[in-house]
Amino acid sequence: MNPVETLTFPQARRETKVVVNDLSIEVATVNGTGSQTANNTLAKSLFRMGLPISAKNLFPSNIQGLPTWFTIRVNKHGYTARKKELDWLIGMNPATWEKDVQALRPGAVCMWNSSELSDAPVKARPDLIAYPIPMTELIKSTGADAKLRKMLVNMVYVGAITHLLGIEEPVVLQVIKDTFKSKQKAIDVNVQCLQAGIDHARQHLVKADPYRVERMNANGKKVLIEGNTMSALGALMGGCTVLGWYPITPSSSLAEALIALAKKHRVDAATGAIRFADVQCEDELASIGMVLGAGWAGARAMTTTAGPGISLMSEFLGFGYYAEIPAVVFDVQRVGPSTGLPTRTSQGDIVSAAWCSHGDTEHLVLYPGGPEECYEFGRIAFDLADRYQTPVFVLLDLDLGMNFWMAEPPSYPTEGFQRGKVLTAEKLDELTKQSKRWGRYLDADGDGVPWRTLPGNAHPDAAYFTRGSGHDEYARYTEDPEAYRRNLDRVRKKTETARLALPRPVVETVPGARIGIVAYGSTHTAMREARDQLAEAGAKSDYLRLRASPLPLAELEEFVKKHDRVYVVEQNRDGQMEILMRAALRTPGAVDKLRPVRHYTGYPIDARSISDGVLALEKTK
Amino acid sequence: MTTSTTEKLNRQGYKWSDYQGLPTTLCKGCGHDNVTRHIIQGYFDLGIAPHNVVKTSGIGCSSKTPAYFIHKGYGINAVHGRMPSVALGAKLANHELEIIGVSGDGDTASIGMGQFCHLIRRNLDMVYVVENNGVYGLTKGQFSATSERGAKSKGGEENALPDIDLCALAITLGGTFVARGFSNDPQQMVNLVKAAVAHKGTSMLDVISPCVTFNNHEGSTKSIHYVVEHDIHLNELGFVAAWEQPVADLVPGEAIDVPMPDGSHLVVRAVGRSFDPHDKIAALQVLEEAHRKGEILTGLFYVAEKAPDFSAALKVVNEKPLAAMNEAECRPPREAFEKYLASYR
Repeated sequence: MNPVETLTFPQARRETKVVVNDLSIEVATVNGTGSQTANNTLAKSLFRMGLPISAKNLFPSNIQGLPTWFTIRVNKHGYTARKKELDWLIGMNPATWEKDVQALRPGAVCMWNSSELSDAPVKARPDLIAYPIPMTELIKSTGADAKLRKMLVNMVYVGAITHLLGIEEPVVLQVIKDTFKSKQKAIDVNVQCLQAGIDHARQHLVKADPYRVERMNANGKKVLIEGNTMSALGALMGGCTVLGWYPITPSSSLAEALIALAKKHRVDAATGAIRFADVQCEDELASIGMVLGAGWAGARAMTTTAGPGISLMSEFLGFGYYAEIPAVVFDVQRVGPSTGLPTRTSQGDIVSAAWCSHGDTEHLVLYPGGPEECYEFGRIAFDLADRYQTPVFVLLDLDLGMNFWMAEPPSYPTEGFQRGKVLTAEKLDELTKQSKRWGRYLDADGDGVPWRTLPGNAHPDAAYFTRGSGHDEYARYTEDPEAYRRNLDRVRKKTETARLALPRPVVETVPGARIGIVAYGSTHTAMREARDQLAEAGAKSDYLRLRASPLPLAELEEFVKKHDRVYVVEQNRDGQMEILMRAALRTPGAVDKLRPVRHYTGYPIDARSISDGVLALEKTK
Repeated sequence: MTTSTTEKLNRQGYKWSDYQGLPTTLCKGCGHDNVTRHIIQGYFDLGIAPHNVVKTSGIGCSSKTPAYFIHKGYGINAVHGRMPSVALGAKLANHELEIIGVSGDGDTASIGMGQFCHLIRRNLDMVYVVENNGVYGLTKGQFSATSERGAKSKGGEENALPDIDLCALAITLGGTFVARGFSNDPQQMVNLVKAAVAHKGTSMLDVISPCVTFNNHEGSTKSIHYVVEHDIHLNELGFVAAWEQPVADLVPGEAIDVPMPDGSHLVVRAVGRSFDPHDKIAALQVLEEAHRKGEILTGLFYVAEKAPDFSAALKVVNEKPLAAMNEAECRPPREAFEKYLASYR
C-alpha cells in the first residue's frame, strides 16, 4: 500500500467521556453510486452485534445522481425512530457537502472523502470532530478495477468507522460473505477495500470522538427487515393467489417480494403450474378491477399501491363496497400528489382510504404499527375481506414499507383460512330442504353479513347477478326507495359487526397520567422514546395505539374520558385520524379534549418532535 | 321438480330456458336485443354449462344486456370501460369459467380503450362483444368514437372526427380472433358467436347494432337502413360442432377449414375474392379498402393459427382453480418459512 498523506486539522478537541451504544450515523451520498451495499453492511454488522438499530434511506425521486442520505441509529434502550440530532456524518456528496456540515450540532463527528470534498467547511467548524479520509486515493492504491472504484469507495468508510467505533471485524467480514454469497471475487475486492479503511483509520486517525459500540444481547431471534417484505410474507401465508398491481413507489417492492416468494413456494414441481397469478396491469384502474373480479370468483386477491393509485381506484372500490366483494389493498403511503415527493413518507391517505369512493362508504382499514404487524395484518386482511365480503385496506407508509426495521420473526400460522359465508351447492341443498330461500344480499343471520355463492356452483338456485347498490335482498335490480335504504342500512350493520372483529387498540398506561396520546402506524416506533422524554419533563402520559378503523368506539371513548387532554400524533398536515375520531366520538365534550401533534416534513417522525409538540401545547393547555 | 317434456333440450341436456334471461328493458327494436338472441342461440347450440358462464359488462345500454341472457350463469355489471379487468380477475381465479363480456362503443372505444387494448394484447380466453351503434344511448345521443366523420346526429349535427375501427385496431394489437357481425343478420352472427366461444383466447366480436332511438335517422351511418344497404360479407361461415359430421373435402381456394381447439371446425368461404383469415396483412387491407369505399365489411377477419391464451402463458392452469386453493397449497412448509426469515438475520 502506498503511503497516504495525513491531513492536519486545527481541531484539538478530544472527547473524554465515553458514549456506548447510542449514536446516529448519516451517510450523505449520491444515489446510483452503489452505497447501498456498503450501508447495509454497516447496518447489518451493528445488528448482528446484538445492538438495537434502525436503518433508513432518505432518497430522491431519481435513479442516479441526486443526493441520498442513509441513516443508522444505534440505541441501547431500543429507541429506533429517526433521531433528529445527528451524531456522525459521513460526507460523500460534493453537492450537499457544505450544507451537511453546517447542519451538524457542536461536538458531532464528521468523516469525509477528503480526495473529493473540500476541507473548508470543516475548517470553519472547529467545534466538530474531524476525520478526513482520502478514500478515492486509498481505493486507487488497492488496485481495484477502475470501473468498480466508484462503488467500492463506500467500503472504505465502512472500514474506517468499523475501526473507530469498535465494530467486530469478523462480523463485518461475515456480512460481506453473506451478501455476495458464492461470488468470491466480489467478496475479495470488498474485503480489500474494507481493510484499506480499517488500516487507514488505525494508522492515521487519532480517536477523538466519544462513541463506542459493544456487543449486546438485545436482538435474540430478531430479523432486520422491511415492512413491505413482511407484508408480502403475510399475503403469501394468508393465501393470496391473485395479485394485480401497477408499479408505484413505495409499494413496488411489496409486490416484487410477493412475486419472488410465489415463484419459490407456489410452483407445482410435477407440472410446472403456479398456484399464483401475478399481473402487472396497465394502470391502477385495471389492478383493482382485476382484484375485484378475482375476489368475486372466490380467489384471495390483492393489489399494492400508494396514494395516487387509491385515487384512481376509488370508483371501483365503491363498487366493491356495494357489490360486497372481498379484496385486499396494500397502500404504502407517501407524500402526495403525483408530482409531490414520491419518495418521502406520510400518513396522508387516512381519510381517502376510510371513505374511499363516491356516495356513502366506510371501509375496513388496518394500520400496522411495525413490521410484525405488517406480516400479521397482511395475513388476516384476507380473512377479514372474506368474512365481511368487502375491500380491506392495509395502510403502511414509506418509512415502514421500505426501511429496515428490527422485528420478532412471526411464528408459523396454525390457524386455517377463514373463508366467511360461502354457500357450496351442498349447503344450498340443505337450505332448500329446510324450505329456506337464499338471497345474495339477505341478512339471514342478523349480523348484516349475507351469504354468497361462487361462479361455477352448479346448484340451480346459486347463480345471481352482481351490481352496485341498486339491488334488493335477492340481487334483483331495483330502484325502489325502501329496498335501496334497507340495503344501505344492512351494509352499515355489517360494518358494525366488522368493527368489533378488527384488531383492538393497544393501550399503555402509567399511574397518575393526566394526558393521553393517540398514535398509529409507523409513529409507534417513536412513541416509547417520546413518552420517556415527556416523563422526564414531568408530563406523564398514557398511550392508545389505533390499529384499525372503523374506530374502536368503546375503547376510544373510555380513553378520552379518562384524560384531561388527548394528543393525536400524526404524520400529515390535516389531522386525518383526528377527523375520523371527531366523526366517531359521541361522549359530550370528548372532541374538545383533542389536541394535534402533526409532523409533515416528508421525513419519518422523530421522538423529539412529538415530545416538543406535546410540551408546547401543555404550556398553553 | 316438475319436468316439462315439451321444452327444447340441447345435446348436453340443458333447457332452452336455462339460457334465457330477464325480459329486456331496452327500447323496442334495439339491435342489442337481437344480439342477445344470437348469444342465447350460440351458447344453447354449443351446450356450454350455464353455471360455468360468467357474464361481465361495463356501463351503457349494451352493458345491461348480460341480465337478459343465461340467467343460470353468473353476472357482474362493473364500472364504465373496465369490464376487461374484472373478466381477467375472474378467469385467473377460476380457469374453468367461460367468460363473455358485453361492451359498447363508448365503453370500449373511449373510456375503456386502455383496458380493451391490454385485453387483446394479453389474449385472455374470453368472448368480447362490442355492441357498436356509434352513439351514447343511455345519455341520450352523443357521438361515440366509432361514429364516422360526417355522420349526422339526431339533432342534425355533423361528426367532425374520424371513426376508430375496433377490428383493425384489435388485429394491430395482436388479436387472435377478430370478426364483425350485424345484429340483424342471425345466420352470420350465430356462427360467429359459436366460433368465438370455441376459440381459445380473446375473441373480439364487433357487432354493428343500430340504436333505434338516437341513431336510426337519415344521415346516420349506423341506422338499420344504412347498414342493410352497405353490409358486405367478406366471407360466409359454417360452424361444425365437434359431434357433427366432419367437414367434407374442401376445394382449395374456395373454402378454408379452421379447426378449433374444442374439436369443432369453422368453414370460411370467401365471397367475391380470395381471402385467407390467417393472413393479418390481408385483413388490414380489406378493412382499409372497405373503409375507403364506404362499405361495412362483416365476417371473420383474422384468426391466429396458434397463440397461447393468458392463463396458459402465466402457467396458472392448475388441476384446480386458484379460488379453491387451501392452506397446504398456499403456505410453504414450516422449515421453508423459518429459513426465509432467518435470511434476514
